[in-house]
Amino acid sequence: MKGGARGAKRSAAAPAVAGRLSHSDKLSLYYWMRLTRTLEERLVNLHRQNKLVGGLFRSLGQEADAVGSAFAVEEHDVLSSLTRNLGSLLVKGATPVEVIRQHMATADSPTRGRDLGLHFADMGRGYIGHISPLGDMVAVMAGVTLSFKVRGEPRVGLVYLGDGATSTGAFHEGINFAAVQRCPLVVIAENNGYAYSTPTAKQSAAKRFVDKAAGYGVAGDHADGNDVLAVYEVTKRAVDRARSGGGVTLIELVTYRRRGHAEHDNQSYVPGGEVERWAAENDPIDRYVRVLIDREKVEQSDLDAIDVRATAEVDAATEQALRSPPPAGPDALADVYANPSRLAPHWYRR
Amino acid sequence: MAEITYLEAIREALVEEMERDANVLCLGEDVGVFGGAFKVTEGLQARFGENRVIDTPISEIAIVGAAAGAAHMGLRPVAEMQFADFISCAYDMLTNYVATSRYRTGLACPMVVRGPSGGYVRGGPFHSQNPEAAFVHTPGLKIVCPATAEDAKGLLKSAIRDDDCVLFFEHKYLYRRIKGVMPAGDHLTPIGRARVAREGKDLSIITYGATVWKAIEAADQLAQTGVSVEVIDLRTLAPLDDDAIVATVKKTNRVVIVHEDTRTGGIAGEIAARINELCWEWLDAPVLRVTAHDVPLPSAATLEDFVLPQTADIVAAAQRVGTY
Ligand SMILES: Cc1ncc(C[n+]2csc(CCOP(=O)(O)OP(=O)(O)O)c2C)c(N)n1
Ligand SMILES: [Mg+2]
Repeated sequence: MKGGARGAKRSAAAPAVAGRLSHSDKLSLYYWMRLTRTLEERLVNLHRQNKLVGGLFRSLGQEADAVGSAFAVEEHDVLSSLTRNLGSLLVKGATPVEVIRQHMATADSPTRGRDLGLHFADMGRGYIGHISPLGDMVAVMAGVTLSFKVRGEPRVGLVYLGDGATSTGAFHEGINFAAVQRCPLVVIAENNGYAYSTPTAKQSAAKRFVDKAAGYGVAGDHADGNDVLAVYEVTKRAVDRARSGGGVTLIELVTYRRRGHAEHDNQSYVPGGEVERWAAENDPIDRYVRVLIDREKVEQSDLDAIDVRATAEVDAATEQALRSPPPAGPDALADVYANPSRLAPHWYRR
Repeated sequence: MAEITYLEAIREALVEEMERDANVLCLGEDVGVFGGAFKVTEGLQARFGENRVIDTPISEIAIVGAAAGAAHMGLRPVAEMQFADFISCAYDMLTNYVATSRYRTGLACPMVVRGPSGGYVRGGPFHSQNPEAAFVHTPGLKIVCPATAEDAKGLLKSAIRDDDCVLFFEHKYLYRRIKGVMPAGDHLTPIGRARVAREGKDLSIITYGATVWKAIEAADQLAQTGVSVEVIDLRTLAPLDDDAIVATVKKTNRVVIVHEDTRTGGIAGEIAARINELCWEWLDAPVLRVTAHDVPLPSAATLEDFVLPQTADIVAAAQRVGTY
């Protein structure tokens, strides 16, 4: 989604051609990646202080993948994010305070304490967070985008899944369905090297995940997932194709999961030096800073100002979230159905 | 003999059965190199090799289906669901293929599908489920839910040797909280047999899994008020131990059935119906249920505590039944 600050309206100008991002768009990409990392670092602190409910899943080193791809869809498009797509949700308008509350399971969290982490949705802002069973959202997004096709709306969908999730039946059925129906859907397979402890070589015998595109009869494309401009471009191409009736694209973004599956995981199964090498040589933010300074002639002080802004936003969000109350127990009985909208408690709880 | 945890007891069962029978193998997501998300299978791959402790793709349908095929050929697969919540991904394979195989074609499926189930851990809607009821309703599957470390071991060893498919629902809340001393020798707990977890004469609480411990807590509290409570730990949900249920009804004449699973369609309804059919004239009071509320299990502590059965609920129900 183009446009600088959160909530800013989509620019009225014609959609950018792939790679034709304005200077301010390029700074926005940096801002969203920085905000993602700063917010996650804050979540790590809160996690260590036992203020969060459940495990904490990082996207450290994968920020370009999430941000660059989400930047390529428009406000009225719908994306379905995954565990490591905090950046996509932020670009789509989710706010840091919502994200922190969601991790704290507060009464005013987007799911009112019912679900955790990035499992939340707002169709108004165009995002549906995933559920835990992997691959399910590919089929759901086939249906979301089917509705665009049936109604003749010029909207597209974007769904993310991990290398591991490509092994599920739901992925296979979902992408095949979308392919046959020529749904305006972009499917991004994030190859970050691991599914929990399982390396990609034990997940698939295919050399590259993008090779699966041919089997489904859809367009396939791939990019360096740690190069935010490349991610934007490859996604934008696919989004344009989908919007113009060209159907499904499967994109493989190659990236790397630098933290464990969740914060409890010590990555004992990762070969020595691997994480350090990616951190030193292939950090998506470091790489992009060099691009901005060397090619875009951005001043370091401009970037510092963005960093300060991101930190201030996360500070304010943290303060707000820490004041949020927990949900009241009986609220658990509301909203299972539209009608009745509230269930009766068991007699011994009345 | 030293005490070991419920989790270690499960591992011990796997090791002993793999030592005893070369046909036994483990498969599942992250079970090998990593030793499983909860470390149940830790050390097994180093000990038994990659052919017998197999890291699979994230493919529950294929894990269960491949276990069935291997079982047809004489292997004894133990398939892990990383969380029992994801067994629903393999629902078709289990209910349509595995459960009907012997009946239709005579092909046996001697296999175990095991994994962590249950709540009280703030795991939220996808890491806390108690999926047993859906499968209790499926003829052809056996279902085991151990509450103690001793039974976790003894029942898993029996499940591996059973000639049919056994769904073995471990309780993740109990993994590291419950310990026990393993009986010496080849410790087998029979499938299909309940256990008297605590003797009593005034009232019976029939339950299984993590709520066995809540029932015992409730029984302790009720003992202070002079009420003697018997606690029946079902251990196996399919087939149900009718004899044990009838025996305790005849002994105390008053029953509360407790489970962590949601109420509607939960196994408490089935047990109450069997009591009606088998021994209603022995009852001095209606049978009451203490269960979860009929909602997806939410994450926040306040919500989860409200939804799930707590010790105070069991005490309240026991008092009502006891004074009826
Ligand atoms: C159907 C299903 N099976 C198992 C799990 C448990 N699980 C959660 S995340 C995960 C690994 C996911 O790996 P990948 O798809 O590569 O995503 P990544 O975590 O690397 O972003 C597993 C096995 C699950 N959530 N859903
Ligand atoms: Mg992965």
